[in-house]
Amino acid sequence: MSAVAGMTFADLKSGMSARVVAVDENCLDSRRLQEMGFTVGTQFSVVKVAPMGDPIEILVRGYRICLRKNECHCIQIESVG
Amino acid sequence: MASHLVIVAGNPNAGKTTLFNSLTGSTQKVANYPGVTVESVEGQYSFDGETIRCVDVPGLYSLKAASEDERVATDVILGRQEGKPELVVYVLDATNLERNLFLFTQIAESQVPMVIALTMPDRLQAKGKRIDVERLRSELGVPVVSVIAHQDRKLDALKRAINDALRDRPIPSIDFGLPVGMQSTIRELSERLARIGVDASQAEIRRNLYEPPELFQLFLEDFPEIAEPFTEARNRLEAEDLLRPSVDVTSRYEWSAKIQSLVLRDAEKPAKTVSITDRLDKVLTHRFWGLTIFVLVMYGVFQSIYTVAAPMMAGIEDVFGRLQDAIRPMVSQNEILESFIIDGLIAGVGGMLVFLPQILILFFFIAVLEGSGYLARAAFLMDRLLGWCGLNGRAFIPFLSSYACAIPGIMAARVMPDSKSRLATILVAPLMSCSARLPVYVLLIGTFIEPQYGAFWAGFSLFAMHLLGLVVAIPVVYVLNRKMLKARRLPFVLELPPYQWPKWRDIWLTLVNRGKVFVKTAGTIIVFMSILIWAAASFPRFSPADAVAEAAKVGVPEERAEQWVQEKQLENSVLGRFGKAIEPVFIPAGFDWRITTAILSAFPARETIVPSLGIIFSLGGEVDESSGDLQSAMKRATWPDGRPLFTVWTAIGLMVFFALCAQCMATLATVKRETNSWKWAVFMFCYMTALAYVGAVAVNYLGKLFGA
Repeated sequence: MSAVAGMTFADLKSGMSARVVAVDENCLDSRRLQEMGFTVGTQFSVVKVAPMGDPIEILVRGYRICLRKNECHCIQIESVG
Repeated sequence: MASHLVIVAGNPNAGKTTLFNSLTGSTQKVANYPGVTVESVEGQYSFDGETIRCVDVPGLYSLKAASEDERVATDVILGRQEGKPELVVYVLDATNLERNLFLFTQIAESQVPMVIALTMPDRLQAKGKRIDVERLRSELGVPVVSVIAHQDRKLDALKRAINDALRDRPIPSIDFGLPVGMQSTIRELSERLARIGVDASQAEIRRNLYEPPELFQLFLEDFPEIAEPFTEARNRLEAEDLLRPSVDVTSRYEWSAKIQSLVLRDAEKPAKTVSITDRLDKVLTHRFWGLTIFVLVMYGVFQSIYTVAAPMMAGIEDVFGRLQDAIRPMVSQNEILESFIIDGLIAGVGGMLVFLPQILILFFFIAVLEGSGYLARAAFLMDRLLGWCGLNGRAFIPFLSSYACAIPGIMAARVMPDSKSRLATILVAPLMSCSARLPVYVLLIGTFIEPQYGAFWAGFSLFAMHLLGLVVAIPVVYVLNRKMLKARRLPFVLELPPYQWPKWRDIWLTLVNRGKVFVKTAGTIIVFMSILIWAAASFPRFSPADAVAEAAKVGVPEERAEQWVQEKQLENSVLGRFGKAIEPVFIPAGFDWRITTAILSAFPARETIVPSLGIIFSLGGEVDESSGDLQSAMKRATWPDGRPLFTVWTAIGLMVFFALCAQCMATLATVKRETNSWKWAVFMFCYMTALAYVGAVAVNYLGKLFGA
């Protein structure tokens, strides 16, 4: 697992599943992303990447949300299964 | 009888507006909250002897407001805006319990009585699940009513629950298990405050303790008498590492997930294997088909804004033309009265109402696209294209609409999720080349480019003029976002709700509300300003007793006498004098006082420059953009020293000026209405006029450089 630790949203591909491992709370966007459900331990899956490579559509806590890859760097993730 | 203040609150896409529409229907009133661009919608209904005043607050994800809309919603819910609400109807999306319950935990802490409206149970059923409503009620401690708002028009069960709750005041009792250290700190602080006579609930205390540093400082400044205990408590939480938002957020989400697992049951009927949303998304957000369909949908929308609106607009113009003809004989005994009623008042009202078809058609499509869930997909597809300069994927709607007309475009900027990006979008939308510029382009291209350079360059210049606004808009947005609207950019959060059929009543109420807002607020300003401009062009009067004789004195033939009087009237008016006075300003752009006056007189609307040029070049006001008389008169016009007034570069400069300027008071009035302040309307007028001026001067200098 250590090889994929330090992954961010930029590494996500369509169809992947991942889990939040850490949230950098010094980052201003972290609160909003946590409020949207991305708390430590949360699993989510990537539904689709937009045609121009960004944003990405994610299924988290039973709903679908789009996020821009570069606006999620305060969240560290690891891939699951 | 006094009415009760009830607030309808919930997450975006939870079905809040549909529910609100079902409750209040046509009683809705739209207004702005003081000092902000956020709109409030209010309505009322009566049930079983009680009159309920309902306020629909903007959808929000958290009471820790991130955007202006959320801040307003938070203020209303917490009673900082219109007085403490008597009841909050919390709209809970049954298909999205976990995230919807997160906000519930925050509102629950404010100790306001609540009723839960559980929406979309039908959709949950399609997923093969159902909710144990009884269990949910006992877990949350407040009444829960399952509603399908668009089917059940009466909503009696919910209305009864609201009436009961206004009497019983059910307050949620939940415990979402905050860390022990946090609880004890808050309890101690509460006791300490009680000793010095401050009565604050634990939730209030926690909310303030967890404000971001700058807001916490403001809070301390507002209440210096409790600054010390609060600062101590905050330091203690900080030392125990409990002040991080994640501690708070995580415990709420853990609670939400637990509740969801307790109340979510399998339905009798199993789920369909692949949901409709999944199947539609396979095509609609596909990298090839998705983009193709997007282009087709947008083409369809804007084609119909042009084609469907055109006959309606012609109809409105026709009705007002007939009205003028019908009224003219009644007022013709008094020349000034005639001019005021016919050219000022009726023309002003007509000139305002003519925008209504485009506004209504565009909002019909927006309501359908938004209500069905497609708008979010389109934003998903377009975000990359618009995101880099500080906008986001939703901005394509206001931008494309502005190509038809900036007024619906500016109003459409409300699809933007937060007020900063909405403002940026509003401020650049009028740079898109609207259909009112077309007559100006057609006249000038037809007069100075097509005859000399042929159809190819004519078409090219028309295209270039349409592209110019967009090209200029990009750096303008960039600068606005970076330099002026400096507030921190929020992460782009776009929910993709499941597809559904748009609700006809929601669409209808959108149209009614938008129509009313435009006619009432923007419309009154437009009519007022039309009359003002009419007055500036009509006074002081030039009306010789015998026009023919007067004209003959200066050698004007009898058949042109009336047009000559019109020309003299404009030249002699406040507007004409002003045009002459500021002629030196426009000399660098190659415009003389006649062009300058025509520009000034086109302040109400760009296309009116065509009849103004007609008057100025002594042809009377009844010319259109393809009028041969006007074309040849413009070609003949000279400077006092005999040089031709118009070169091809003057024509291009004038087109560039009109492409970039804000010569449209309906736009300015709409900006004032939508941003809730004259400040931004004035700012827009200034920056666009400056751009237009610089553009025209630059073209004139290029012309001198390449000497055409």
